[in-house]
Amino acid sequence: MTLVSQATPPARSGTSPAFLRKIVVDPWLFGIFALVTLSVLVFAALPIFVVMKQAVVTDHGFDLGVLIDTLSQSFVWTSFLNTLLLGATSAVIATAAGFLLAFCATRTTMPGKTFVHGVALLPIISPPFVMALAVVILFGRSGLITRELLGIRNANVYGFHSLVLIQSLAFTPIAYLNIRGMLQSIDTALEDASASLGASRWTTFSRVTLPLVTPAILSSTLLVFVKSVEDFGNPMLIGGNYNTLAVEAYSQMVGYFNLQAGALLASLMLVPSMTAFLIHRYWVSKRSYVTVTGKPSTQTIRISGGVVVPLTLGCYAIVAAILLFYLTVVYVSFTKLPGVNNTLTLDHYATVFTAGFQTLTNSLLLAGIATPITAIAGMLIAYLLIRKAFPGSFLLRWATLLSFAAPGTILGIGYVSTFNAAPLLLTGTAFIVVAAMVVKNLQVGIEAGSNQLRQIDKSIEEASTILGASNTRTFFQVTLPLLKPALFTSLSYALTRSLTTLSAVIFLVSANWTLITVTILSQVETLKLGVAAAYCSILVFVVLAILAVMQLVLNSASKR
Amino acid sequence: MSKVIFSNITKRFPGVAGATAVDRLNLTIEEGTLVTLLGPSGCGKTTTLRMLAGFETPSDGTITIGGRDVTNVPVNARNVGMVFQSYALFPHMTVRENVEYGVRLLSLPKAEMKDRVNTILETMALAQYADRSPSRLSGGQQQRVALARAVVTQPKVLLFDEPLSNLDAQLRERMRDELRAIQLRLGITSLYVTHDQSEAMAISDRVVVMRNGVIEQDDSPLNVYSRPGTGFVAEFMGKANILNGKVEAVDDTTVSVRIASTVAFALARNGRDFKLGQAVRCVVRPEHIRVDADGTMEAKVRRVVFQGAYVEYLTDLEGQECVFLDTDYYKSGVAEVGQTLKLSIDSRPVWVLPETETATLGKAA
Repeated sequence: MTLVSQATPPARSGTSPAFLRKIVVDPWLFGIFALVTLSVLVFAALPIFVVMKQAVVTDHGFDLGVLIDTLSQSFVWTSFLNTLLLGATSAVIATAAGFLLAFCATRTTMPGKTFVHGVALLPIISPPFVMALAVVILFGRSGLITRELLGIRNANVYGFHSLVLIQSLAFTPIAYLNIRGMLQSIDTALEDASASLGASRWTTFSRVTLPLVTPAILSSTLLVFVKSVEDFGNPMLIGGNYNTLAVEAYSQMVGYFNLQAGALLASLMLVPSMTAFLIHRYWVSKRSYVTVTGKPSTQTIRISGGVVVPLTLGCYAIVAAILLFYLTVVYVSFTKLPGVNNTLTLDHYATVFTAGFQTLTNSLLLAGIATPITAIAGMLIAYLLIRKAFPGSFLLRWATLLSFAAPGTILGIGYVSTFNAAPLLLTGTAFIVVAAMVVKNLQVGIEAGSNQLRQIDKSIEEASTILGASNTRTFFQVTLPLLKPALFTSLSYALTRSLTTLSAVIFLVSANWTLITVTILSQVETLKLGVAAAYCSILVFVVLAILAVMQLVLNSASKR
Repeated sequence: MSKVIFSNITKRFPGVAGATAVDRLNLTIEEGTLVTLLGPSGCGKTTTLRMLAGFETPSDGTITIGGRDVTNVPVNARNVGMVFQSYALFPHMTVRENVEYGVRLLSLPKAEMKDRVNTILETMALAQYADRSPSRLSGGQQQRVALARAVVTQPKVLLFDEPLSNLDAQLRERMRDELRAIQLRLGITSLYVTHDQSEAMAISDRVVVMRNGVIEQDDSPLNVYSRPGTGFVAEFMGKANILNGKVEAVDDTTVSVRIASTVAFALARNGRDFKLGQAVRCVVRPEHIRVDADGTMEAKVRRVVFQGAYVEYLTDLEGQECVFLDTDYYKSGVAEVGQTLKLSIDSRPVWVLPETETATLGKAA
């Protein structure tokens, strides 16, 4: 055996640079790395650069005149400022609401925590514009509350105030989960220590608890801001004259066929998004006092008594609002013509399951294809970035970050512009929709995978290679099974997002491949609220069902 | 044939200026022997081990196993076994699946594969735990699974990366003896890394003491303890007094040295290297100094630590700091701080450090 393998080693030491040796030792894995990096560059970075180029380059080459011309139009700056104002307002309100929920859930004796937790998560697993639908139904011209209850004839539901209400409620869960995670990972012994030193409850809260969760509060504010900037469905449905960049870009592209203005507006969206994202990544996350391990430390509830009552009422109010909105949508899906004829009916479901069935199966099929690809690719990229620093890793890292931070609108416009000619003629195909879903949701899997990988002892993988397994084999047989929790996180996120996404895919759907979210949007626009509500109810139900099944599978698999 | 030879191995880590983890290291591990790399953290011992495993590639030099140059051979093609500090058992597999993992990759006939796995599970007294998850085993059992998994593929070389550091003191000694017994039985060439000198002496055929990326001494366990080449080795291999003395007489192997107010017969590598009247440094182990009513040295007690089997005294021996152990304290009682004791040195075990070391240290000071 020894004699056979006495062949000259592939590269002499000292002659090849270290980075080349890394490749030579691991040609297969490097091949995978190269392929993944190339795909991410083509499907994540390239479209965004194409849009930015389109914003400044017309058919006649780089044309400063056209750029200035577009920039001097008032709709550009109005929509830009609108976007910032809406984002900032929603971010502050959603974070405050999220903090209230998180604090009550982790630190007080508030009754009904499980219920509050469950309801608070509803907006995360449903399309954001379910809220918009509910608001139109409740507060619109023939709204159940405005007209039926209050008798107001000319209620104007469209505009800034409704958008703030909707986005705040829709994005509260993001802040809630974020802040709750940090509150849970702070050792309550710190608060006990403060109390034992003679501090009052208020002093402990303001001098210990609050400073410790400040990073989570800032991070939530920024995340909600980014989400709000990106939101397309709600401003589209309920913004009225209050146009945001996402809506304005869409109408320039689709309404006026003004590609250059659309591209410019989409590129402008990058400014607030990227700024907030970079602040978050390089400033806020470095100021964290705790490392979130996902494993809650022992928690003791210390706050009880009178002060809990107003806090609890606040939480219940938020939960009641969310529930009211969702129940309204369910109710309307069974109602003939809400506000006009409130007879119960199954007509809308009949419509969905006959004429509109195609769009539902399309969504399920494409999301079903995109989800496993997103999750596995996320784990693979995390592995390549954390464990194997191949030359060129930074390209992969930055391209995935860019695609995550970039709003769906710019990605959608980018796809239309990039993949409309050979050799990448993909517009109108299912492939382009799947690609958009994968690229948009990849980063969450990468983050979850990276965090988990950092906690897995590196020598477990080394043990596998020294026993004779290749790196590729090690990844699939050892690393991937150990990444199961991260894989699950990524799968559920990818599935939920792929089924409920709108801002990117609205540019990509075609006659053959239309999606449920796009259908809902057009149903609302044509005021077929019942059918839209039926679609929304089914969508929420399907997502809940699939998540429940996945959770069951995960549980039974880990009980081995 | 699985003799291991490191020739002129250097490892520099990129990024850090002047960070040479291992510097022109030459080391031979004879077939079937167990060699221990011993040293403080950062001395390059783990890097050396990881280069033999293939996890690190040397910046310069070659490594051969059984005459085959493996310097650039990937980890999974080296046929080397390793027991990790953390055991690194696959948590999602049972004990049997862990042990089987490497054998499966050998593409043996099914029967032989089963046979090998069962045999090793029997040998390691693991058969009854075969279907358990590793997390449900005790530390010692996990250690045995790690060893079983490493040897079942019949590797040419076995590597140990501080394998006992996660065990409590009692279990550590038992597992140490078990590891050594199995290594001897299999006759497998082994490299063992530890920072625990008593573990190193107990388990090895040869101990290699490293410091700052270079080998300080490569010798038998007996010699690194009793005939240290440098003051560093002397102090690393357990407690040592390094006392200043003056040469009074020399022959081939022994030197008479005046230490404080006594004259000790001491051993040296070559007595003829020393000149009469020369200042030298002598290694005197604490267990070789004793309380002696007829002793000519006087020491003032500074600190007393009672340890049960003995009393450890820190004293001022005529201007030099000196530690010694008294196992006979029950006869004369335990001395108190400030008391003066008469001491004598057991002459033979005193060791005179080679002159070169004295010279370099003299310059440094």
